Amino acid sequence: MSTISMSNPVYRRRRLVNRIMLTLSGAAVAFGLFWLFWIILTLLVKGAGSFSLALFTASTPPPGLPGGLLNAIVGSVLMSLVGVLIGTPVGVLAGTYLAEYGSRGWLAPATRFLNDVLLSAPSIVIGLFVYTMYVAQVGHYSGWAGAVALSIIVIPVVVRTTDNMLMLVPNSLREAAVALGCPKWKMISLVCYRAAMSGIITGVLLAVARIAGETAPLMFTALSNQFLSFDMNQPLANLPMVIFQYAASPFQDWQTLAWAGAALITLLVLGINILARSLFRK
Amino acid sequence: MIHTNTLLDAAFRNLTRLFAFAVFSLLAAILVSLVYGSQDSLREFGLAFLWTADWDPVNDRYGALIPIYGTLVTSLLALLIAVPVSFGIALFLTELAPAWLRRPLGTAIEMLAAIPSIIYGMWGLFVFVPLFQRTLQPWLIDVLSWIPGIGFLFEGPPFGIGIFTAGLILAVMIVPFITAVMRDVFELVPPMLKESAYGLGATTWEVSRKVVLPYTRVGAMGGIMLGLGRALGETMAVTFVIGNAYRLSPSLFAPGNSIASALANEFNEASGLQLSALIELGLILFLITTIVLALSKYMLLRLSRHEGART
Repeated sequence: MSTISMSNPVYRRRRLVNRIMLTLSGAAVAFGLFWLFWIILTLLVKGAGSFSLALFTASTPPPGLPGGLLNAIVGSVLMSLVGVLIGTPVGVLAGTYLAEYGSRGWLAPATRFLNDVLLSAPSIVIGLFVYTMYVAQVGHYSGWAGAVALSIIVIPVVVRTTDNMLMLVPNSLREAAVALGCPKWKMISLVCYRAAMSGIITGVLLAVARIAGETAPLMFTALSNQFLSFDMNQPLANLPMVIFQYAASPFQDWQTLAWAGAALITLLVLGINILARSLFRK
Repeated sequence: MIHTNTLLDAAFRNLTRLFAFAVFSLLAAILVSLVYGSQDSLREFGLAFLWTADWDPVNDRYGALIPIYGTLVTSLLALLIAVPVSFGIALFLTELAPAWLRRPLGTAIEMLAAIPSIIYGMWGLFVFVPLFQRTLQPWLIDVLSWIPGIGFLFEGPPFGIGIFTAGLILAVMIVPFITAVMRDVFELVPPMLKESAYGLGATTWEVSRKVVLPYTRVGAMGGIMLGLGRALGETMAVTFVIGNAYRLSPSLFAPGNSIASALANEFNEASGLQLSALIELGLILFLITTIVLALSKYMLLRLSRHEGART
């Protein structure tokens, strides 16, 4: 059989085309992995090599002096924390409406649609939004504005995962709760949320990973700060902006700091992503 | 007791509805704020803003043509590279890879989406650009600029930075998004269809090309549009490598500018009419990406509805 088909030029050509295309498909995977490993390797060599204690204990220095990234780390943590604290309840409650009350009416499908658009909306536009609504009105850049901008990025991620995870909760659980005479708000908060907990936490973790490296929205809201500051009402240093400013600087030690910050953020983000995945699989 | 519960029930329902409505109105609020912020520029330049190529802070004359051109060309270039690559990866992960390899490989590709945009930009400028400028680019210019018809696309000195580099890095960034959607929709194809084709003696490639792809065309298009939407609004990566030059050049190797990188570079120093013009650029970007993303979502919804009708 195979000898017959192999002598046939049509079969031979089809087999050849098949082999070429499958090789190309493997090459596409190699292409993707190539960039991933190249980038991670660069970060490890150029950035992780200069990790030291000073990175976490000293603030950004003037050129020529030793220093670290303490103020940037503090600012990033503060703004991400507030962003998540604003974004999570808003996202969870909105997602609850979509999944639990959304079977009737126009609001739930429309919100789901717009939320997906928002999920991929350019983050720089969100920065502009917060700038015109908040920064331009109060007249100065501030950490609060940065946190609000980040929360707007958190919200669609949390809405979507909450919605999806609540949809996965089996209806028999809901029916069992209602059959025991449980009112709907109790059913949702005591039964559905618990069943969907690991999924919702995964969503929040993914949102944290997403905002940890966001630069564009902070540019027009939090700007940056040379000094260690905990005042959310003032411009606040943050890792992405420091990386942006220092990477483009002509000073060698500033560039080294920028690489160290870049390695720090990337390892953190990749770590959170892997953690979120393993949490969800459980 | 019953009364309290009815009350709490209504309160909880309305609370969630309120927040759902807040999310619902967020896009509209963004639109309104951008129109409000750019009203000076809208009034001053009108529709001509869209096709004016000036960007002249000294004389306060602004036009969006060059950033719009840069945004569209880099994004299309990114699609041109990313679509075949994503298709290849999705094909490999759904049809070829052994089961134990699928999860780690898929995760690795998804990690490309997790790396922050600024890291791509920084890495691009300091690692990729010098290497590209010294090795591959002079060779590409030598070979490609002689091709009649499209040679002009590749002319000029090797800067390293420029439209092409921005497009290439964007391509790497959007590959995971397109791949994820394609993988999902490829898995929707009923095994029966594929098995019938295999039973007729089709090769793996023929099954993918003539059964899987036609069946999932709408969904795959949705994934491509999602990638396009991502590429259009990408800021930091492009800002580092596009060159930030207000010049309209046919060559892909020339420096250019995109809407997002113009914003990132000039916004903090701008005031008055320039600030307003920059916000109008943001408004244009917002409108383009929203339309593209809405189309993408619509296509994906259409696929799942179609799917529902069949089963």
